[in-house]
Formats: sequence, structure tokens, C-alpha cells
Amino acid sequence: MFDDFNLIQNLINALQWGSFYALIALGYTMVYGVLVLINFAHGDVFMVGAYIAFFVASFVLSVLGLPGWAAFIITIPATMILTSMVGVSLERIAYRPLRRKGAHRLYVVITALMCGLILEHANLAIFGASRKAFPPLIEEHVYHLGGVTFTNLKIIVICAAIMSFLTLQWIVTKTKVGMAMRAISYDKFAVPLMGIPIDQIIVTTFILGSGFAGLAGVLFAMSYPILEPYMGALIGWKAFIAAVVGGIGDIRGAFLGGFLLGAVEILVVAFFPSSYRDLIAFSVLLVILSLKPTGLFGIAKTTKI
Amino acid sequence: MLRKYSVQLILIALGGIITYIAYQELVSLYILTVLMFMGVNIILSSSLNLVNGYMGEFSCGHAGFMCVGAYVSSVLGVLLFTKDKIFGAPLLNPDLAVYLFPVIIIIGGIAAALFGLLVALPSYKTRGDYLAIITLAANYIIISLIQNMDIIGGSRGFMGMKKVISNMEDVVYLPWMVIWVFVFTVGSIWILRRYVSSVFGKGVSAICQDEVAAEIMSVNTNKIKTITFMLSSGLAGIAGGLFAYIVGYVNPGSFNILKSTEALVMVYLGGMASLSGSVLSAILFTILLELLRPLQIIKWVVIPLILIVLMQFRPEGIMGNRELSDIFPKLKRFYRFK
Amino acid sequence: MTQQFGGLTAVSDFNVRLKNNRIAGLIGPNGAGKTTVFNLVSGFYQPTRGTISVCGKPTAGLKPHKVTALGVARTFQNIRLWNQMSVLDNIKVAQHGWLDYGFFQSVMRTRAYRDCEERIDREAKDLLEIFELENYANDYPTNLPYGLQRKLEIVRALSEKPKLLLLDEPAAGLNSKDMRELIRLVRWINETYDLCIWIIDHHMDVMMELCSEIKVIDFGQTIAEGTPDEVRNDPAVITAYLGDDNI
Repeated sequence: MFDDFNLIQNLINALQWGSFYALIALGYTMVYGVLVLINFAHGDVFMVGAYIAFFVASFVLSVLGLPGWAAFIITIPATMILTSMVGVSLERIAYRPLRRKGAHRLYVVITALMCGLILEHANLAIFGASRKAFPPLIEEHVYHLGGVTFTNLKIIVICAAIMSFLTLQWIVTKTKVGMAMRAISYDKFAVPLMGIPIDQIIVTTFILGSGFAGLAGVLFAMSYPILEPYMGALIGWKAFIAAVVGGIGDIRGAFLGGFLLGAVEILVVAFFPSSYRDLIAFSVLLVILSLKPTGLFGIAKTTKI
Repeated sequence: MLRKYSVQLILIALGGIITYIAYQELVSLYILTVLMFMGVNIILSSSLNLVNGYMGEFSCGHAGFMCVGAYVSSVLGVLLFTKDKIFGAPLLNPDLAVYLFPVIIIIGGIAAALFGLLVALPSYKTRGDYLAIITLAANYIIISLIQNMDIIGGSRGFMGMKKVISNMEDVVYLPWMVIWVFVFTVGSIWILRRYVSSVFGKGVSAICQDEVAAEIMSVNTNKIKTITFMLSSGLAGIAGGLFAYIVGYVNPGSFNILKSTEALVMVYLGGMASLSGSVLSAILFTILLELLRPLQIIKWVVIPLILIVLMQFRPEGIMGNRELSDIFPKLKRFYRFK
Repeated sequence: MTQQFGGLTAVSDFNVRLKNNRIAGLIGPNGAGKTTVFNLVSGFYQPTRGTISVCGKPTAGLKPHKVTALGVARTFQNIRLWNQMSVLDNIKVAQHGWLDYGFFQSVMRTRAYRDCEERIDREAKDLLEIFELENYANDYPTNLPYGLQRKLEIVRALSEKPKLLLLDEPAAGLNSKDMRELIRLVRWINETYDLCIWIIDHHMDVMMELCSEIKVIDFGQTIAEGTPDEVRNDPAVITAYLGDDNI
């Protein structure tokens, strides 16, 4: 088992696998940072993203008859836009009315859980339990480099994750909207008094978060071209855990947490039977959280007396 | 005098009636099973309410503890009282099952309470969403631990509990499951009610409302947290044990996040920090689940939809932080439940 | 009773010895470290260096609730009552350190449990009566006027049977009538109970009237100590509060 262990190969696999977690965790963390809401529907938004990608890609390929690369170019932005619309409608229909009423935070969390269930099972009811095979969009090239194999798809996934992170980091730290987001997370009562349209900022947050979940959906569907309604649940929960381990509310944390979780899972599979993956991955996370209770980048809230 | 014992009398009468109905087979087995699930759900929701409502934490892995209880009491029961392919001949006289059944269920509860430490210990240092994630991780860890234990069936599941029940019925023919579910349900509510109404247990609410003040005002917060988490998960374990014997079959998949979500829904539907709310919502929720069964998959679209709509109109749940006696103060004249 | 506070680094080399049945004061500009001193004494922080002892017993390494049981009770700068609990329950829950029963007895409702609950209930009601709060016993603290909330917090701290009562800005936010009431209350507590009171406050008139000795700190350093009159005229104190003349 140890003989064929190749560090770089595993590292690439871990980066690719972690990219999905990172992309989804970004959405969790952004919504949390602004609303202090665990958007439990986010994993299912990712699943919806993958399905949207499926329909868009099939439409472009068979109805419009365009070649794969064109479909790829069209599918990515189309999916991101459509998925962010799903995210925004969740916010508008389910979360905002509750927030307006000043309901307890946890009731909003429960509503989010319910929204996730609806997305999952509505999908199941409409499209049935049969799995959908995602059409190949770009030709997969396999490269060998000194005993390390990787595909162009893997490179695309990793690059997309890194670029998304850089974009988001730029938006949050440099733009006006991003500054407003950070302001809300500091003090949501003072922000409207400063003339910042709070709802607009929240909608922007959902657009960004869900958009990147959509991107993750496309890339996931391309890498593992089998879609089923429950695919978002487990991966979503795990991405959430990744976000918390990174320090929820912090974009760097979500990114790092995602890759960390990816690396742990890939390493576990390299050394143990794959059924131990969840057990060990979660135990490692539990240990990290016990040692550093607010996550890697989280700032401990000091209780002031 | 009557006031003092009215609740006890009503409960004894209710238990008697249910047992009689079950004994005479006046209703179908299906309705009995639903009634028993109601009991299990009452235990689940009220025990989760202790942590999520009274203590103000957000535990979303309650099904994990249920899983521990279910497996420990199932395996113990099958090991001790039945002839099994894996475990071989029964270790004890199968007739003893009739006496030792509650002990087995309680041992399952104790095992679950020990797993509750998995959450209780980190709770000394963390609160809120970070603790929520620890409970979630605990749920996953417990499930995958069992999935990897091939001796008890791994992810295929574990069965044989029906034989234990039939052993019990061979000795004395009574609807044992109905009786024990009823006893444990009433017992759980009774323990919870007494705990949260004592000055000692009110420390739980003090932690919820202001932990710093609680610690400074001589409340041993760590001790209270440990007891509360262990009590909550222990009762979940008891619910799990009963669930396993009702169904006669357990597999790790039935204790996943969906089950935890169900428990959460019942707590928030009933209202946080309201035991009567939890009982009421558990009953309603069980009925709702059964009524919507013909819808099959769409059931899980309709139920969340109902809940979302409900939350828009009544965001604090059915009872919302109050008990039955707060809404109908006149009830206090008739009963004293302590 | 003697209490010794050794050198502390969080608040630099802070030394104080509080005498029984006296009211001591601690003043200083904002951010001087006054509340930190209280947090150290009540066990909420552990001193990096130095020792704190209550009646000769060191409090090092003790959790706050243990320190409270040793005889240190306090109030908070921002009122920290349990707002979803009745006034009576606020007092009763504060008796946690003096419960003679545990979880199992609370479930079994044993004799010890009943006796203990009865005693606590009686004591709490008596205490509310002494402080004329008995009419509010079943109200929630949030429904009380602000002055009474402050008072209730002091009563709750007093219910811990402290030997040292720490009052963190008890006069903050009170109007002049409530403030006179507070002065009367603190005096009365000082005369009636066998304890030592230590007050932080920014209202100089309150401090001058109540305290027999005052310590002034700034940036964690002790800059003056003595009787109110001595402190009032100390040049270092005037500089700390009003700034340097030479700017």
C-alpha cells in the first residue's frame, strides 16, 4: 500500500477534490458572514446547479448542435446565473420574511434545512430516482509527468477554484459591496443607519455564494458525470464542516478548510479502506475544532464583562 | 388530593386503555405501530428540546445518539436472549428477556449518554455554530463507526430483535412493546420535567440566557452542561432502543441527518423550551407523516413546505417558550405535574 | 478578614488589602483596567503573575463559581440578569453553590431535595422582602425599572453570602434620585452585613461619599491611593483625568 503512494499524485487529487469543497464552502461562509445564518440549503443549491448544467449542456449540444467547447463556454456562465437565481429566490421567499419578523435565528436555520429537503425531493419527484449521465463537454486529455498522471479537467477544476477565491477575496476586500458585507458582519444595526441598502447587499451575497455553488456543480458534473438528487446533501454538509474548520465567516478559512478536508479524505483513502473515509475525516475535524474551537481563521469572540 | 394525583391517574388510565386495546387487538397493528412511533418521537423531541430549547445550543446530530442506543440494546438483546447466526446460542435463559428488557433499553441509553460526552466535552470551550458542527460530526462519526463494524452487520443493518419480543410474549402474553414504549415515554417526560423545574436544572436556562453571569453566580456551568448533554443523548439512546425493537431491524442509514432533522423540526415546531410543545408537536408530526405517506416522495416536499409556511405565520412554534399551563392557567387547578 | 492581591501583570503590580466592613473604591479613566481587576478577583481571568486570596485562601486555578463559593460576589457593568426568568428565580438559581442535592436527587425528589428547595425558596423570598422587591417576585427583570434592575443585581450578588462584594459601576445610567437611593442601599448593606464592599464608578460624588479609601489606576498602574480627600487633590490623579497642563 505504501509502495505506490505518490505524494504529488495524491496532492493533485486532493487539490481537485478539495476544490469542490472550497467552492461550496465559500457560499456557506459568505452567507454566514453577512447574516449569521447557516444556509443548510446550500448543498442542495449545488446539486441544483449540477442539474441546471446538465440541462443547459444537453440543450446546447443537442438542440443547438454546437460543439463541446462552445457548450462548455456557454454552460458555465448560464449555470452560474441560473443557480444564483435559485439562491436569491430562496432568500426572497423563505429567509427574508422571517428575518423581517425578527424570528429567532435558529428558526431561519430550520427553514433553510426545509428548503434543502424541498429542493432534493422535488428534484426526485420530477426527474425520478434514475441517475443522469452528464454529457462530456471537453475532450479529456491525460498527461503523464514522471509517474504523475493528471487530466486537463483536473487542472481546470483547480484553476477555477483558485480564481474564484481570488475574485471573491478581491470583491470582499476591495469593492464597495464587499466592504458593506464586512460592515454588516460587524454590526448589522449600524449599517442601515449609514445609508447602506442592507437587503441589496444580502442579495448580492446570495448571488455570489450560489453562483459559485453553480460553478462547483458544473465542474463536479464534468468530473464525475453521474447526477442524482442526493449528491448535494453529503457534500454540502461536508463543505459546511470545512467552512467551520476554516473559521466560518472568513473566505480564506473556507478555501483552506475545503482543501484541508479534500486532502484528509484523499489521504485516508490512500492508506485505509475507503469506507473509513468519513469516519477518519470527521474525527480529524473534531480534533481540530477541539484544539482550535473557532476554526483556523476564526477570531475568538471575547466575552466582555 | 385529586389535584395532586390527577396526572398520575390519567396516565395510568391512558396506559391501561392502550394496553387493553393492544391486548384485545381492537385496532390494527399499523395503528399500534404509529402510536409507538409517537412515543419514540416524543422522547426524541423532548430530549432534544433540553439542549436546543432550554440550553440554547444547536445540536443537529441527535439521531447519532439514537443510533448508539438502538445498536447497543439490539445487540445486547440478541446476544443474550436469542440464538443467532453470528453470536451463537443465547447467553442467558431466553425467558429472562421479559424481566431484563427494560434493563437492556436503559443500558442502551447509558451507552448513548457516554457518547454524549463527545459533544459535552467540547462544549466547555465552544458554543453556538461551532458546537453545532461538532454535533453534526458526532452524528457522522457514530454512523460510519457502525458501518465499519462488520460483526453487527455494517451498513447492511442488524436484525433479530423480533425474536426477543416473541420470547417475552411466550412467557406472558402481553403487548410488551406497547407497554414499555408507554412507560419509557412517560418516564422521560417525567425526568425532564423534574430536572428543568428544579433550581438545579434551572441552571440550564441560566446558561442559555447568560453563561458568564451563570458561572459568576456560582453555577458550575461545565457540570450542568455535561449532565444536560448526557441526559439528552441518553434519552435519545432510549428512544433509539425502543425504535429498534418496534421495527425489528436497524441499519445505520436510518439514523442519518434526515432523522436528526426530523427531531429538530419537532422541537422547533413545538416551540423552544416548552416540554408540552415538544410532546404536542411530536404527536402532530407523527400523524402528519403517516397521513402523507400515500404521497410517497412528494411527502418530503409537502412536509417542509407546510413547515415553512407555518414558520412564516408562527415563527415561535406552536407553544413558543410556554407550557400548556401558561396558556390555560385554569388547567393548574386540575393537575400538578412534578 | 484580609485579602491579599499580589503583583499582577495584566494590571501592572496591583496591590491591595481590603479590610472588613469598609467600603473601598477603585477609580480611573476609561480603559484603565478597573474591570480587569474585578475580573481577576472574581476568577474570570487567571492572573499571569501574582496571587489573590480571599480570607487567606488562595484563588489561583479556581473556576469562577468556586471563587464565588469562597465569598466573592459581583455585579456587572452592563446588567447581566437572566431576563427570561422571574426575579425570584434569578435569586434562586444564584444559590447553585449551596445546593445539597444533585441531578439524581432532583429527579427522585428526595427529602434532601425538598428541604433544600424549601430553604432556598424561603431565603430568596426573605431577601426580596428585605430589599422591598417582593412585589416584583414573579415579574421578568426586563419589566423592572432600570434602577430596580441595578438593585436586583446587587441583591442577587448579596444572595451569594459574599465576604467581598464587587460593584462594577453600580451608578451607571441612574438618575440622581436613584443614585441617592443607591448610596443609601450600599451604606445599609455595609452596616448590616459583615462584608467588605469594593466599588468601581465614574461618579465622583458617589465615590467620595461612600468610600473610606480610594485607589486610582491608569493604564494598569496604580497612580494614587488614600482617603477621598487625599485622592481628590493628588496631582497625578488630576493629570490622568484632565490631561497634562503642559500640552
